[in-house]
Amino acid sequence: MKGLIGKKVGMTQLYDETGKVTPVTVIQAGPCTVIDTMTDEGNGYSAVQVGYGEKKAKNVSKALKGHCKKAGKDSNPPEIIKEFRTEKDEKLELGTVLTVDQFKANEFVDISGVTKGKGFQGVVRRYKFAGGRASHGGGWVRRPGSSGNRTWPAKVDRNKRRPGHMGSDSRTVQNLQVMRIDKEDNLLFVKGAVPGGNGGVLLVRPAKKKTSA
Amino acid sequence: MSGIMEKVNKAQCRTDLPAFNVGDTLKVYSKIIEGKTERLQAFTGTVISKGGVGINESFTLRRIAFGTGIERVYPMHSPRIAKIEIQKKGDVRRAKLYYLRDRVGKAARVKDKGN
Repeated sequence: MKGLIGKKVGMTQLYDETGKVTPVTVIQAGPCTVIDTMTDEGNGYSAVQVGYGEKKAKNVSKALKGHCKKAGKDSNPPEIIKEFRTEKDEKLELGTVLTVDQFKANEFVDISGVTKGKGFQGVVRRYKFAGGRASHGGGWVRRPGSSGNRTWPAKVDRNKRRPGHMGSDSRTVQNLQVMRIDKEDNLLFVKGAVPGGNGGVLLVRPAKKKTSA
Repeated sequence: MSGIMEKVNKAQCRTDLPAFNVGDTLKVYSKIIEGKTERLQAFTGTVISKGGVGINESFTLRRIAFGTGIERVYPMHSPRIAKIEIQKKGDVRRAKLYYLRDRVGKAARVKDKGN
């Protein structure tokens, strides 16, 4: 199983020897502990449940403490628990610690996270509608316009683009190149931007589509 | 977690270059890579602005060459900068010397700081 839970630390830039600048996102990924495993026989699918971060035992429910006991994490249960799907015959011991060294520089990863919330937004911002003219008699600026036909079909199409809540969506960015790894601080340097603000929780998985440059 | 970004950026920043201020006249040697050969190219000019923090820091040099004003922006911590020589210290009262762009000839000079 290859994959980690992490938090976005921030963005910066890296210079290579020739002076080329690469924009990177710094992710504090892992160490993650295997809390539980799912098997085809018992659960109908195979996966591992992985925990990241630490919480004080007094702030955690008894149920969660009990759940983490087998992995030896009941005195400091993880802050975040997520599942990663595994191959059928793959076995991982409970309590196994996963770190950034499972990734290498120049590898490609997919990163999932929750985008920044934008609140209730109009169609111009939310769907890039053109809006109306500000001058020459305008009077119809930033509005959605017609939402459909007349007595037939006498309703608005499903999924019609209207104003509404924007952001806070779960999004995955694919094929991001790993530029560098810092084992000491558990840092992963990934080329480009990732969803969400600093401190947001991210899932790092090997790239599904792109395996080599 | 907050200290991590500072640590990451600090590790990348160059410490071998001399400290200078806006108004100073610098000679910057940059590495030019032409195919397989590498050579140094020098550019002399007055620092008219400094911007950015940490690894993003940059500065702008201005000089008059062949009758036209030339400005070059350098990233402060780029490995392409081979060497910086401070030729003159300038005495200025502001952080950005954009007013030099509107001046020609003797008026476009910066007062010498003296020692």
